[in-house]
This record gives sequence, C-alpha cells and structure tokens, in this order.
Amino acid sequence: MPEEAAAAVARAASTSFSDHLGRHHPDLLASRSRVDFPASGAGPALAPHATTIVSLTFAGGVLMAGDRRATMGNVIASRHIEKVFPADMFSVLGIAGTAGIALDLTRLFQVELEHYEKIEGTRMSLDGKANRLAAMVRQNLPMALQGLAVVPLFAGYDTSRHEGRLFSFDVTGGRYEEQEHHSVGSGSAFARGSLKKLWKPNLDEASAVQVAVEALYDAADDDSATGGPDVVRELWPVVYTVNSAGTRRIPDRELERTARNVIASRSIAGREA
Amino acid sequence: MTQQFYVSPEQLMRDRADFARKGIGRGRSVIVLSCRDGIALVAENPSPSLHKLGEIYDRIAFAAVGKYNEFESLRQAGIRYADVRGYSYDREDVTARGLASVYAQSLGAVFTAESKPFEVELVVAEVGEQPAADHLYRLTFDGSIADEKGFVVMGGAAEAVVEVLRSSFSEDLDFPQAVRAAVHSLRRDGSTGAGPQLGPESLEVAVLDRDPEVARGTHRAFRRIGIPELETMLTSRESPV
Repeated sequence: MPEEAAAAVARAASTSFSDHLGRHHPDLLASRSRVDFPASGAGPALAPHATTIVSLTFAGGVLMAGDRRATMGNVIASRHIEKVFPADMFSVLGIAGTAGIALDLTRLFQVELEHYEKIEGTRMSLDGKANRLAAMVRQNLPMALQGLAVVPLFAGYDTSRHEGRLFSFDVTGGRYEEQEHHSVGSGSAFARGSLKKLWKPNLDEASAVQVAVEALYDAADDDSATGGPDVVRELWPVVYTVNSAGTRRIPDRELERTARNVIASRSIAGREA
Repeated sequence: MTQQFYVSPEQLMRDRADFARKGIGRGRSVIVLSCRDGIALVAENPSPSLHKLGEIYDRIAFAAVGKYNEFESLRQAGIRYADVRGYSYDREDVTARGLASVYAQSLGAVFTAESKPFEVELVVAEVGEQPAADHLYRLTFDGSIADEKGFVVMGGAAEAVVEVLRSSFSEDLDFPQAVRAAVHSLRRDGSTGAGPQLGPESLEVAVLDRDPEVARGTHRAFRRIGIPELETMLTSRESPV
C-alpha cells in the first residue's frame, strides 16, 4: 500500500490533458483512430487541405498570418477557413496540412494549455508549450505516413525573456526554433522569398502586418492553393499579434485597408511582379 | 478468530458525520456570494500559493474548506471532468449542475463505503447572464447537495459569519462592496465575539465576471484578485456597506 501511494507521486508528474485522454478516453484522440487504407498519397484529394501560414517577429512581439483557402485536390474546398488561432493568452498557432486533423490538434492543444494552467495555477513556459506541441504532432506520425500530415507553426511571447519567438515542426515531432521569420504550407517557398526581402529588424506592428499581407499576396500569386485577398467577398487574411499584453486579432477593417493598399500599389506599378 | 462487535448503521453514520464535521469545523471560513457584477469568492487563507478557490471552467469556480489533500484531489478531478466534457461535446455543455452531481456521487460513495469520509465541504459556483441565473451548489461530506441562493458560508464559525453577512448582503452589490461585506463578516465586525484581524495578505479573493468577453476579451470568467487590487477594494469608501 505505501508503495502504491508513493507511485502516485510519479504519476502526478504529467498533468497533460492529452495523456489523460489517451489513458481514459482514447477514442477521443484523432491520432489514435486507425486508418487502414494503403499509403497512396490520396490524402490531399480526400479531405480539405489547409495551405500557407507566415510568421515574423517585430519589435516587442511576434505576428502570425494565414490565408483563407482550403483545397481538395484541384478544387477549392473553402474560401472562409481560418488557420491561425490563439493557443492561450501569450501564444498563437497556425496550421498547414489536412484541415480536419489540424483543427482537432488545435482544439486539443488549446485545452492542453488551459488544463495545465488550471491544475498547476501557473502558465506553462513557452519552451514547454513548444515541446508539448511537438509531442502531439509526433503522435500523428502514422497518419502523416498515409498522406494526412499536419505541420503547425507556433509563435509566442516569452514572458521571461521578454521577446517574441517562433517554432516550426516536422511530422516526426522535430521542433526547430526559427529566427526572424518563417512560413509553412504549399505557398511557403514563395512567401519566404517575399519575407526575406521585406522583413527588417525592429518593425513596428503596423509594418509587420503590411509585410505579412504582402508575403501572403506573393504566395497566392504563384501558388494555386493559396488564396489572395478576396475583394469581391471581402475576405481578408487572419492575422494575430502577440506581445507583452497578450494576443490580439487584427480587426478586419485594418486588414482590408492594408490589403487594398497592396493591390493598389501593385496595379499602379503595372509590372509583372 | 476475533468477533466483530455489532454497530448499528445509525450509530456508524452518526460517528462518521461527527468525525467529518469536527475536521471541517477546525478550518477557516470561506464565503461565496452572488452579486450584480458576478460571483465573489472570499477565503481566509494565509498562504498565497495553496489555494482554496480555483477555476474549473469558463463560468464555473470551486471553493472548499477542510483537508487540503482531499479537496485538492477533488478540484483536479473536477477540472478533468469539465475539460473532457467540453472537449468531447462543446464548451457550453459543461454545467455546474453536472459537476455538482458527480461530486455528490463521489462524496456519498466515500462516506458510506470507505474507512474514513472526506473531511471537506465544497461550493461549485456558476455565473449566469443575470444574478437570477447564478448557481451556487453546496456539497457536504456525506454527498448531500443544496442549491443555495445569494450566498454560502462554509467552515468553522459559519453561523456567526452568516449572522453578520445577512445584515449587509444584497444582490445589488458590486464586487468591491461584496468583498468588503464578506471581509467584514469574516472579521465579525459589529457582533459579539471578536473574529480574526484580516489584512489583504491573509485573504484569498477571486471573482467570476458576469461578462468576461466584454470586460477582458476572454471566455474565462475566473479572475484572482491580487493584493494591490484587494487593498484598493477594501479601502475604497465611496459607498459604505
């Protein structure tokens, strides 16, 4: 009996919500559902696929932006999808890959952070959050090998170092801290080229929003799976910033102004690119 | 072989209840009160880190008196229950009534079947859109559950505290007034039998905001009141209670 009581101490080391689900309600975890179709790479045509996310640091914080398109093979599955979410008060998460699994991962990650905060009475460190997310991405590895991969981008304000930081991941759970800026998803190569030219140290928040919208515009210009600003339906990218005051969603009217400026300046220039 | 003495069930239950009551009576008091701004939770607690009040879910809070290890494990179990439920259904499907009823079952089962009952008393509070939609569920060591209106006082000297609080309580108080009324009643100002001298450092105070989306842009209504804010709450005099 005393041994059993002492073992409870070791079990208390993990206050993880996803571990709790795995032990007591495994059916609720998307990564545990078995998919027995052959590895055909048919995933992208089976289920909606979320595309480009860009993230960049600015003076005193970090920003993340995503376009509004999801595709299924060559069909546009959604023009309204949102792919950037606040994870908690000081971090945001953007997702690229199979949308259904990615949205589920986001929801699970949000509960994971809130659960920890409530049980422990303190917030998890930014590195701790990045490590938890990496572990959750790794659990999805069997599905990723069948073509249903999820690749998140994670950014947050480090309250002990007082700076914005960003992390990228791979399907095996690799976690990489990125400097200055990064991008994931199908249009990421084009967005990254754009970010390299537009990003400068110590941008203010408004210029950072401008750079993000422009990078997404460049991605949409060359990648058919990334949606540009939709002036007909008035759909603008989703942009979140994180600084010492917490996460903030940039309001649509600000994004509309920025997006219209980008379009206007490019039409006035009247050049190919 | 030793022969077990016969003890009547009535006697057994009475002994257990007396035992639990004694444990709870030794503890310091906790007050939960529903007012215009939301629900205020006030506890006499000298420790800034070993909490008696806690957040369970968006609009639900937990308050307890008794043995720390026992109510702490119940608090954690409550958070797990709420988070699993909210994750598998939807956030709005997590209710204080559901949580209170599983707590009641668990407390009741331990009271009758285990060698020792829980020496705890709990309140599960849920803030509604209007004061009339607030829920305060009081749970006692034997698993009985009561749906209280207005305010709940638990712990040692509860009756004396209730007496003082009844004179100053109304549903129209704002948070500073409600917290002042609670602290006055914990000190037992204006009644016979002096209570403890309570400063901000020996109090634990938290609130459930009625409209957190508007006030702070979040769905989480629970907020701890730190010592600086508590000092201004206790000393502001614009509306004496």
